Amino acid sequence: MNPYVVLRVVSKLLIPLIFLFGFYVHFHGEYSPGGGFSAGVVLGVGVILYALIFGMDAARKAVPPWWARIGMAMGAFIFAGVGFVSLFMGGNFLDYTALDPNRTYLGQHLGIVAVEFGVRMSVTAVIIAIFYAFAGRERTGDTAEG
Amino acid sequence: MEPQFLPAAIAAHAPALLVMIPLILSAPAAMITSGRAAWVMALLGVGAALVLAAEIFLATRAEGAVLSYAMGGWEPPFGIEFRIDALNAALLLLLGSTGFLALLFAGPSVADEISRQKQSLFYSAFLICFAGLAGVASTGDAFNLFVFLEISSIATYAIIAMGWSNDRQALTASFNYLVMGTIGATFFVIGAGFIYMSTGTLNMADMGRAIAEMNGNRAVEVGFAFILVGIGLKAALFPLHQWLPNAYAYAPNFVTTFLATTATKIAFYVIIRFRYDVFSIQTGFVTNAMLWVITPLAIAGMLVASTQALFQNNVRRLFAYSSVAQVGYMMLGLGMATSLGLSAGMLHLTNHAMMKGALFMALGAFALSYGIRRIADFKGLGQVMPMTSAAFTIGALSLVGVPFTVGFISKFYLIQAALDAGWWWAVAAILISSVIAVFYVYRILVAIWVTPPNEARKASPKRVPLAIAVPLAILAGANLVFGVWAEPIVDMARAAADAAIAAGVNP
Repeated sequence: MNPYVVLRVVSKLLIPLIFLFGFYVHFHGEYSPGGGFSAGVVLGVGVILYALIFGMDAARKAVPPWWARIGMAMGAFIFAGVGFVSLFMGGNFLDYTALDPNRTYLGQHLGIVAVEFGVRMSVTAVIIAIFYAFAGRERTGDTAEG
Repeated sequence: MEPQFLPAAIAAHAPALLVMIPLILSAPAAMITSGRAAWVMALLGVGAALVLAAEIFLATRAEGAVLSYAMGGWEPPFGIEFRIDALNAALLLLLGSTGFLALLFAGPSVADEISRQKQSLFYSAFLICFAGLAGVASTGDAFNLFVFLEISSIATYAIIAMGWSNDRQALTASFNYLVMGTIGATFFVIGAGFIYMSTGTLNMADMGRAIAEMNGNRAVEVGFAFILVGIGLKAALFPLHQWLPNAYAYAPNFVTTFLATTATKIAFYVIIRFRYDVFSIQTGFVTNAMLWVITPLAIAGMLVASTQALFQNNVRRLFAYSSVAQVGYMMLGLGMATSLGLSAGMLHLTNHAMMKGALFMALGAFALSYGIRRIADFKGLGQVMPMTSAAFTIGALSLVGVPFTVGFISKFYLIQAALDAGWWWAVAAILISSVIAVFYVYRILVAIWVTPPNEARKASPKRVPLAIAVPLAILAGANLVFGVWAEPIVDMARAAADAAIAAGVNP
């Protein structure tokens, strides 16, 4: 446990806000700078900050390493899956307009948010996985996948 | 497009599905932990890609047929376009078929070489690599091509590094490739940037049109030079081949088999595409670059890399150097700037995939049975593993260019093209390089067939698993069958060359 009280208290206060900001960057990324990639980095950094202050064991308890592995793959799966859904709805691959049965611009909104959701998931998981892989090197020797 | 044998609904989306099915299957493959299930998933993905490639190949057989697929419904040239004509259809068919055969071989080979908990991740990375290569071969958008190139490259670095459980040198080999490959990709993207700056478009067909309208733009010429160097690195064009020998020698056997039959081929395709379709009108600069830069390097590669192969003791390293020499043959065909030369290069590309596929797969079978990699350890293999040794021998003879093998066919057409262009010195280089190939192949064949085996090995003959025997037999058989009945491959190469040239003249 980190002996610095100020660091602990401040990060305890900040981590929820970091996460909130991460989700804001994702969902507002449709209209403003941001999106899944930057949101994923922000969320991943939130977990890294937690691990730095409260230790690797606490972080591993909060976000188990296998989450990271599943998350990486799930994110890619969601992105490609949106493409396949639009195929089944009668459009071309990744044609968001086809996601709306009435073929309005609503489909574009839906598509971009869903795709960015996948991106965010993958990026968060990759950031955490890289951090775990490096942070856990000494103790177990081989934790490239947790 | 006209559906050939698949339902119309699938055939219409074949170009996208070919890339996306392997890509999406890589995600579940990474999530499961069973190596065997991941292998089945990879077989499904690559098998589907093979079927779709066959469909696309048949659909583009008609003269001048081009499949264009607008990704996301955004029409080219603004959106990303997948554009497939006879040239990339041939590449996709080659990628699908050799990928599938190599993957069959992967079952027993990967189970032997890679630790159990890493196998599913390995197959996941392989699927990403495959999807990336298929994407490079299908896309008609220069920046998208760069993205797919990076997708396949990054996955390739990972799967090469997985050879570390056999030999730690795989890690440095992979790291060297990572550094070189990243430099290559950077050069490509700088080149694409120069062209984008001058033409304002990223669609390759549109670029060709815009370049045709300006004559002699220096920025475009610089862009071409950057792209040539960047992709030349990926294609292992001499002297940019330094990453290749170690990467091939220390990667898992399956990875070497797959990369040797596909990765450098796809890079070679990219050069053809840019040379003929994007820059066709800039004839002066581009033709000179081909004549004065690529051709001398091709010939130097044929001679130097073949000579280097003579001095190798590690058999996979030896054939890696031979691969560099073979890239020289293909580049020589490209350098001739004639239709005959280009089709000879394409022909050698296909045939080289067959011979190196058979050779590396046989080496994989030897490694699986006895864990051997050095020529000195190959003594008497002909007596303990006669069928595998026979397949290896067919591949080796094909590499030399013995009549009734595909190697002879491609050298015959290459020499014919060289004579047609009046390049007698190129003919001399081809013959000298072939003679050197005789020497390095001779060393191995003598060890296999003439020297007697040691007693321990005689006492324990090994059976090759069916998953290796079948694809190996198919590849070795293909070397002989297409060596005698060459029309299908020659026609395919000619159609590919014609499509490349036609797309440039009439963009």
